[in-house]
Amino acid sequence: MALTTIGAAAGMGANLSSRKLQGRLFLTLAIIATAIGIVVLATLLVDVSNDGFPRLSWEFITSYPSRFAERAGILSALMGTVWVMALTALFSFPLGVGTALYLEHYAPKNRFTDIIQTNIANLAGVPSIVYGILGLTVFVRWFALDRSVLAGALTMTLLILPITIIASREAIRAVPNSLVTAAYGLGATKWQVMQTTILPYAFPGILTGTILSMSRAIGETAPLIIMGALTFIAFVPGSDGFWHGPLDPFTVLPIQIFNWASRPQTAFLETAAAGIVVLLIVLLAMNSLAIFLRNKYQKRVQDA
Amino acid sequence: MTTQETQEQTPVAPAVGVNGPVSISLPTDIREETSERTSEEEMIALETKSLDMYYGDHKALEDINMRLAAKKIIAIIGPSGCGKSTLLRVFNRMNELIPGARIEGQVLFNGQDLYDPSVDATEVRFRVGMVFQKPNPFPKSIYDNVAFGARINGYKGDMDELVERSLIGAGLWEEVKDRLKTNAQDLSGGQQQRLCIARAIAVEPEVILMDEPCSALDPAATLKIEDLMQEIVSDYTILIVTHNMQQAARVSDYSAFMSTEGGGKPGKLIEFGPKDEIFTNPKDQRTQDYITGRFG
Repeated sequence: MALTTIGAAAGMGANLSSRKLQGRLFLTLAIIATAIGIVVLATLLVDVSNDGFPRLSWEFITSYPSRFAERAGILSALMGTVWVMALTALFSFPLGVGTALYLEHYAPKNRFTDIIQTNIANLAGVPSIVYGILGLTVFVRWFALDRSVLAGALTMTLLILPITIIASREAIRAVPNSLVTAAYGLGATKWQVMQTTILPYAFPGILTGTILSMSRAIGETAPLIIMGALTFIAFVPGSDGFWHGPLDPFTVLPIQIFNWASRPQTAFLETAAAGIVVLLIVLLAMNSLAIFLRNKYQKRVQDA
Repeated sequence: MTTQETQEQTPVAPAVGVNGPVSISLPTDIREETSERTSEEEMIALETKSLDMYYGDHKALEDINMRLAAKKIIAIIGPSGCGKSTLLRVFNRMNELIPGARIEGQVLFNGQDLYDPSVDATEVRFRVGMVFQKPNPFPKSIYDNVAFGARINGYKGDMDELVERSLIGAGLWEEVKDRLKTNAQDLSGGQQQRLCIARAIAVEPEVILMDEPCSALDPAATLKIEDLMQEIVSDYTILIVTHNMQQAARVSDYSAFMSTEGGGKPGKLIEFGPKDEIFTNPKDQRTQDYITGRFG
């Protein structure tokens, strides 16, 4: 009370209790906002798990789709997803890192690079279905790759490339300048600075960004449907010989789930739920891998 | 010095002076302008002639003329923003990392133009090492930090021996010899800065530039760095920028006072000479004002 009288003497400190009330009000709103998100997510997970877990078995994972819900399995979709994602990672990582490195450290600062940079940010916001149409025209038709794993992976690469580039640029920009000047000061050439300093320290961030952008790609359905990925496939890409795998037709988890969910029989809804559980597990595994790799490679870099 | 001698002594730029004309034209009466304070019998490691330095349109340095004696400690003092660090970075072409940075005039290293088109900035930085304001060891082991410069240079000799010699040279060997493989960032600030000195001397430069090397260190660590500078000056020319006038008075052989007429105006060399002259009997009123604390 003594303190408030000092403030009051100076004409301040009035309405202290109402100002504190405002703070509590805001805190309550923030908690409610957070709770809504968590409750919705939890409901989704519980609902899907309830429906899906009874159908989830080793057999479900190792079987091909079937027109009988109780025999339907997810093997071809799971392996299709693995194939597409592996190739997407293979293509998007070097392209993304190369572009980011060029834009951050080599490109001259002029209007042209400004335009490129703005457009990369814009591309990240283009709806995925548009990439599907692009993939259909360029890869499926012009390159005559047909509806293959390769065409799907290239389309996915285009889709996530802007995100990979932006994440890589952030990671490259976060390398402390003091380390870069230290390397230059010891007589390193530009490429040696990239090789010894910038890339190793940006690597955890680049990796995390790439894996998180892959997590986006894994759930994408629209571009692959446009491209014409099949919904019923009873073999695994690469079964005609591993190196032929990229040219085999394929399906992926979200397409298979969509296919099951759109059928009238209730038994297939359970199958779809089981497929969703598998998709979520793959997604969580990838995100955990991202966190694990980041923690493993993260070097302690002082705030210099 | 004949061209032949120059070529043998400095591996920086064997082609300088032989290969084509120097791109910068110079006034012929330049010799009269250079400082006459450095006694003629001393070897001159670095020399600037009518040096102007620009960042884009901004003129950062104006008409710097100084001759720096080899194997001496030269301190550059002056108020903040007067271009001390900029001048320091002229000597290893570090300013070039900033787009739009350029110089006019000449910078000579053992008589050779550092900014001749045939000279590669990377080679300059091998010969002119640098220690920064904040200790900046790489987040690698102590060993790898010291070996860094030698490795990128393709050093073929005994790396263990080089690392040991450099750490001994920087007065750090006894403290770290049992933990060479541990992360350099676990060292204390003072140890880190001595590691950075070891890293710099491992590539065997002729000149070491130090940009306020003690400003992030406590007095005890500062004293160690100063002692170290006194020890290694028999092998290296040391150019140090410092805000600490006591430090300049303690360690330097020569001192340079720089100043600027105000924010945005280029930095100028006001006075340069033996440190006793600068600190006890400065010729310029501005130097007098600065060292007595009336300004800056």
